[in-house]
Amino acid sequence: MAALEEEFTLSSVVLGAGPDGLLGVEHSDKTDQFLVTDSGRTVILYKLSDQKTLGSWSVKQGQIITCPAVCNFQTGEYIVVHDNKVLRIWNSEDVNLDKVFKATLSAEVYRIHSIQGTEPLVLFKEGAVRGLEALLAEPQQKIETVISNEEVIKMYCMFLIIFFHGNYFAYVQTFHSRVLSKYTLLLGQEEKVVIQSFTASVDRKFISLMSLSSDGCIHETLIPIRPTDPEKNQRVVRSLLLKAVVSGNARNGVALTVLDQDHVAVLGSPLPASKECISIWNIKFQTLQISKELPQGTSGQLWYYGENLFMLHGKFLTVIPYKCEVSSLAGALGKLKHSQDPGTHVTPHFVNWETSQGCGLGCQNSEQSRRILRRRKVEVNLQPEVPPSKQLLLTIKKDSEKHIEVELRKFLAMKQTPDFHAIIGDIVTGLLERCKAEPSFCPRNCLIQLIQTHVLSYSLCPGLMEVALQKTDVQLLQLCLQQFPDIPESVTCACLKLFLSIGDDCLQETDVNMESVSDYSGTAQDEKMEEQTKILQNGFNPKEDNCSNCDQELNEKPQDTTKETISCPVIPKRAALLNAILHSAYSETFLLPHLKDIPAQHITLFLQYLYFLYLKCSENATMTLPGIHPPTLNQIMDWICLLLDANFTVVVMIPEAKRLLINLYKFVKSQISVYSELNKIEVSFRELQKLNQEKNNRGLYSIEVLELF
Amino acid sequence: MGEFKVHRVRFFNYVPSGIRCVAYNNQSNRLAVSRTDGTVEIYNLSANYFQEKFFPGHESRATEALCWAAGQRLFSAGLNGEIIEYDLQALNVKYAMDAFGGPIWSMTASPSGSQLLVGCEDGSVKLFQITPDKIQFERNFDRQKSRILSLSWHPSGTHIAAGSIDYISVFDVKSGSTIHKMIVDRQYMGVSKRKCIVWGVAFLSDGTVISVDSAGKVQFWDSATGTLVKSHLIANADVQSIAVADQEDSFVVGTAEGTIFHFQLLPVTSNSNEKQWVRTKPFQHHTHDVRTVAHSPTALISGGTDTHLVIRPLMEKVEVKNYDAALRKITFPHRRLISCSKKRQLLLFQFTHHLELWRLGSTVATGKNGDTLPLSKNADHLLHLKTKGPENIICSSISPCGNWIAYSTASRFFLCRLNYEHDNISLKRVSKMPAFLRSALQILFSEDSTKLFVASNQGSLHIVQLLEGSFKHLHAFQPLSGTVEAMCLLAVSPDGSWLAASGTSAGVRVYNVKQLKLHCTVPAYNFPVTALAIAPDTNNLVIAHSDQQVFEYSIPDKQYTEWSRTVQKQGFHHLWLQRDTPITHISFHPKRPMHILLHDAYMFCIIDKSLVSSSLLPPESSLESL
Repeated sequence: MAALEEEFTLSSVVLGAGPDGLLGVEHSDKTDQFLVTDSGRTVILYKLSDQKTLGSWSVKQGQIITCPAVCNFQTGEYIVVHDNKVLRIWNSEDVNLDKVFKATLSAEVYRIHSIQGTEPLVLFKEGAVRGLEALLAEPQQKIETVISNEEVIKMYCMFLIIFFHGNYFAYVQTFHSRVLSKYTLLLGQEEKVVIQSFTASVDRKFISLMSLSSDGCIHETLIPIRPTDPEKNQRVVRSLLLKAVVSGNARNGVALTVLDQDHVAVLGSPLPASKECISIWNIKFQTLQISKELPQGTSGQLWYYGENLFMLHGKFLTVIPYKCEVSSLAGALGKLKHSQDPGTHVTPHFVNWETSQGCGLGCQNSEQSRRILRRRKVEVNLQPEVPPSKQLLLTIKKDSEKHIEVELRKFLAMKQTPDFHAIIGDIVTGLLERCKAEPSFCPRNCLIQLIQTHVLSYSLCPGLMEVALQKTDVQLLQLCLQQFPDIPESVTCACLKLFLSIGDDCLQETDVNMESVSDYSGTAQDEKMEEQTKILQNGFNPKEDNCSNCDQELNEKPQDTTKETISCPVIPKRAALLNAILHSAYSETFLLPHLKDIPAQHITLFLQYLYFLYLKCSENATMTLPGIHPPTLNQIMDWICLLLDANFTVVVMIPEAKRLLINLYKFVKSQISVYSELNKIEVSFRELQKLNQEKNNRGLYSIEVLELF
Repeated sequence: MGEFKVHRVRFFNYVPSGIRCVAYNNQSNRLAVSRTDGTVEIYNLSANYFQEKFFPGHESRATEALCWAAGQRLFSAGLNGEIIEYDLQALNVKYAMDAFGGPIWSMTASPSGSQLLVGCEDGSVKLFQITPDKIQFERNFDRQKSRILSLSWHPSGTHIAAGSIDYISVFDVKSGSTIHKMIVDRQYMGVSKRKCIVWGVAFLSDGTVISVDSAGKVQFWDSATGTLVKSHLIANADVQSIAVADQEDSFVVGTAEGTIFHFQLLPVTSNSNEKQWVRTKPFQHHTHDVRTVAHSPTALISGGTDTHLVIRPLMEKVEVKNYDAALRKITFPHRRLISCSKKRQLLLFQFTHHLELWRLGSTVATGKNGDTLPLSKNADHLLHLKTKGPENIICSSISPCGNWIAYSTASRFFLCRLNYEHDNISLKRVSKMPAFLRSALQILFSEDSTKLFVASNQGSLHIVQLLEGSFKHLHAFQPLSGTVEAMCLLAVSPDGSWLAASGTSAGVRVYNVKQLKLHCTVPAYNFPVTALAIAPDTNNLVIAHSDQQVFEYSIPDKQYTEWSRTVQKQGFHHLWLQRDTPITHISFHPKRPMHILLHDAYMFCIIDKSLVSSSLLPPESSLESL
C-alpha cells in the first residue's frame, strides 16, 4: 500500500514562479540536495533533510534561464542555459553566475540531460543530441536538424516526443549506438483527445511510455529499446491502463510520473470542480492507493527523486515523501477513492449505479463509467436530439405530476437499454430531489411504477425509503422491502417501527399487497372482521383496542391457550407488512442495536405475531405457512430469537409479555420433546434402511444381465 | 450392441502388501516403491504414473531401505543384512552382498552418487564405494551403541547425520569419527517414554539437521554446535518418515496416524529476508502408518501400511492446471493377476504365494438389463496351489482348454497338467523343466492350448509344444543383439500364427510363429505399452499405451490401420485421455469385429470403430472394479 507522508514546503522565499511554474527540479551530485530552477532567473540549491537553501544563483537582469540547471555528476559542476544558447558551468563555490565559464552555442538548447555515470547530453530544439564535452571542445560547431519544422519537442526523457499536426511521434536515440528511430504513436479512435503529460520508464527490453490524455485516461505504449528497423517510421499502439484518473477539462495542467513498476503518481483534479490532488495509483490492480488534496493549486508539474515527490503548491515548492510497498490485492482494494468523504463519491472502479446518478443530475462527472461514455457517444452520433431519458429528467424538474406520469409510462414502454437500471436510478433521484424541494410534490404512482421495474436497489436511490418513511407510505415501503436486496438494517428497523406503530385505521386506507397473508389468517380473518366492525361500532382508538385486547386475553383467559393460538394478534394488512420485514435480508450484528429502540408494547405485539406464526407453522407436517410467499419457519424463529436477544430485560420486566413468554416457553418445550422422540424414530429407521441395503448387496458372486446400446 | 451375461466376481480377495520405502529419482522422474513382501516396483511418473517394472519379492528379503545411486542404479537393503542391486533392464536381482553388520535399517547414497552408506543393527555405519558393476566395502565409521535407523548426507558430502535410538550422531566423512551427539528428549507430553527412536533425519546444506522421532516431534538441530534449535510436536504417535525437496525450501513428514505434514521455509514477514520453517499443510490420505515419504519437485509422495501409494501434487508448483494436478492414489498393481479358461469357464487368481482356481457358476434364467439372475450353480473353488520356496509368484496362466497351469517365480518355472474326471480334479506337475526355463516374466498359451509362450527375463522368448503330459521345446527367439530388455507383455493371434511381445521401452515386436522368425517391429512410442491383443480374422494388433492412446496395427500389412490413422489425426476425447489408470486388458467382441473391449481397474469400455467419424466419445457404459 502506498502512503503519502506529511508534506513540507522547501523555500521560505517565494519563488519567482510564473504561471508556467518551475523550470525544473534536478538531483544534485550529493544525496538529498536538489537544484531548483524557476522560470525566471534563479537557480537554488536545496538540502532536503535540513529543508534549507545551500546556495542561490541568478543570471543578470534581462537574461532569462531557458533550461533547468543540472548537475554534471562526473565533475560535480552545475550547468544551466540562459537565453537559449548561452551555456554556463559553475560549482557551488562560485557566487556570481556572470563570472563563471560561459560557452555560446550555435543552436538553441532544449534540455540538458544528465544522469549518474555518464557525461551530460545536450538536446537541441532541432532534435540533435551532443555530448557536453564534445560540444565544449567546439561550441560553435554546426548542429544538424533532426526533426522537421512543424514538429515541436513536447517532452523528453532519454528520448524525444514531438508534436506534429495532431500526431505524436517518439524519437528514440540510444546513448551508445546513436541510432535514431522514429515511432508514431497511434492514439486510436478518440481523435480530439490531447495528450497532456508523458512519462517513461525503461526496463530491459522496452521503454514504457505512459501518457495522460485529456480524457483523464492513462495509456501505456511499449517501445522496443533495440529497434528492428531504424530507417522505417514505425507505429506503436497504446493500451489503456487506467481510466478517469483526473478530470478531463482541468483548468491547470496535469502531470504523471511513474514511481515504480506498479505505481504512478498523478497530479490533477479528480473532478472538474474539485481541488487538485496528488494521488498514487496502482496500475496492476487499477486502484487508487492514496490521494492528497492540494487546495492552493499547482502548476501541473511533478518531479520525483528517490522517495520524494516535488510539486509547486501555491507559491511554494512542496515536497511530499511517499512510500510504495508491494501491494496485495486485498490491500489494493482496501482504499476507496475518496475515503475522507464516502458519502458523496465512490470510486469508479466499482462500476455502479451511483456514478451514473451523478450524470443523471446533469453534472459532468469525470467518474463516468465507460458504459455511459460509450452510450453517450453513440447517441450523440446517431441522434443529435436529447435522449429520452434526458428529456424525462427535464420533465421531472419542471412539469406537473400528471405529465411526469404519462412521460414515464412512455419511457418505460420503450426498449430497455443495457444501462436501464442506471437511468431508472437517475429518474428516481430526480423525483426525490424535487420532492425535497417542493413538499407538495408527491409522485407516488411514478415511484411505485419505477420500483416495479425490478431494477432498483437501495443504494441506487437511498433517499427513496427515507421519503417514504417520512410520509408513512407503508405501501411504498412494503414494495421497497420486497424489491430491494440491500436495505440497511437501520432502515429495516425504522420500517418495522412504523409498521408496528401505525394505526389500524390508517392501514385500512392503504393498498398493501396481501399475498403473503392471504390464506393462513383465513381463520383469523373472520374474527378480525368482527373485531374491525366492533372497532367501528365502539369508535375506539384501534391501537388501544388492540393492546387492551391482548391484555384482556392475557388477563381474562390465562388458561385458555388454544383459543389464543388461533387468533392473529394483528390485522391482515399489518401482518402483510410485518411479513415483508421478516423476508428482508439482515445481518444480526447490525440489526440488534436498532431493535433495542422499539417500544416495549410494540415488541410484545410483534412477538405475539411471531408466536402466532410459529403455532400456525407447527400445524402442518411440512412446517410451512400457506400462501404464495409466506415467511419460512427459519425466518420466524430467527426473528423471535433476535427480538428476545435485543430486548431481554424489557420483555422480562413488562407484565404484558409474561403470559406470552410462558406460552412460548411451553410450546418450545413441547416441541423439543417431540423432536427428541423423532430423533429416536430416525435412529430406528436408519437401521431399517441399513438392513434394506444389505439385502440389495448381492454377495461375492452374481450373474447380471448387461445390455449395451 | 447386444446382451451380455456379466459374472460379477468379488471373491478374488487380493490384498497388496504395505509400502515400506519409496525413492524418487529426479533424473528419470521415476519412483521406486518397495513393499513389505520384498517386491520392488518402479513407476514412471512421466508416463501417467504407470507401474512399468517390478521385481518379485522374497520372504526373507524384508526391504528396509531403498535408494537410487550413480544415476539410474537402484539399491535396496533389508533385515537379512544384504545390499541388493537390481538390474533394471533384465528385471532381476543383479547381485546381493552381505554388509556383515546384521540387519540393515537404513541406506543412503552420497550426493555425488558414488558412495553408499548403510546403517546396521550393530550400530555400525558402513561406507561402500559404487563401482561400475558392483559395490565395494570401503570402511566403517565409529561404531554407535545401538542400531542406526536413519542416515542423511550433507549436500556437500562432508558430513553425515545418523539417527539412532535416543540420539543423533553427526559424522565427519573423511575421518569417520563422531563430531556431535545430539540427545533427543524422551519426554512425550510430560511422560517419559522408554525410548525415543529417531525414525528419520535430513541434513540441510546450511548445517541444519531435521529429525523426526517416535515421540511425535520434528526437531531442528544445529549440527555445528550440536544444539536443538526448534521443536514441533506434530503427532500423538510416531513420526516415521521425512523427505526434503531438492531446493531445501520444503519438506514432508509422515506420521503413524496416517497424516503427512508439509513444512515450508517461508519469510517471517513479507519482504523480509529472514525465513523460518512453518508447518503449512496437513494431508490425511492414509488410514494407517505412513512409513515413507518422498518429495518430487512438484508433489508429495507417501506410502504406508494401508498399501496405498499417494501422489499429492503441490498446487503452487504445478504450472498447468491439468489432470496432473489431481491427487493420485495407486493401490492395485498395473498388471494382470487373473487368467481365464474360456472353454471350462475357469478363473485362475494369482496371489503372492499361491494360486486359486475357480469355476464360474451358471444360470438358466434370462432377464432384462440390470437384472441379477438366480444362480443354478454357484462358483466353485477348485484348487489352491501353494508355491514352494520363499519367492513370490511373478506370473501365472491357465490354458484356454483349462488343462494346463503354468506359473513362475524368480528362480523356478512350474508347469502342471490338470485332469478333470467329473467333479474330481487331479494335478500333475510336469517335472524336469529345461534349464533355460528357469524364470519367466510372462506366460501365454496359444488359443488351441498346444503351444506355450514364455518370456524369460534374459530377453528371450521360448515356444514350447505341449503334448499330453509332456512338452517339447520348439524354438527360442533371442533378443536383438545388444539389448537385454525383458519382455513383459505377450499376445498371440487366435489362429496361432503371430506372436507380439513388448518390453518396457522399445517397440512391440511381432514374430511369425509358423516360420519362427521376426516378422516386424511396430515403431516405438514415447509411452510404455500397458496391454496388447491381436484381433481374430484381421490379425490387427491393438496396443494400449499408458497415456491412454490406443493404436491398431495390421500385422499382415505391417502398417497402422486406416482407423488408427484417423483416430490419431482426430485425437481421442479429452475425457478418455484424462483417465489415470492404465488399460490392463484388451479383448474383442466375438461377433462384432468393429468392437474393441478394454478394461482397467475401474472401468470396462467398448470402442466402436464404426463410430470414429465423431470424435471418440467417453465410454457408454462402465462396470465397477472387482
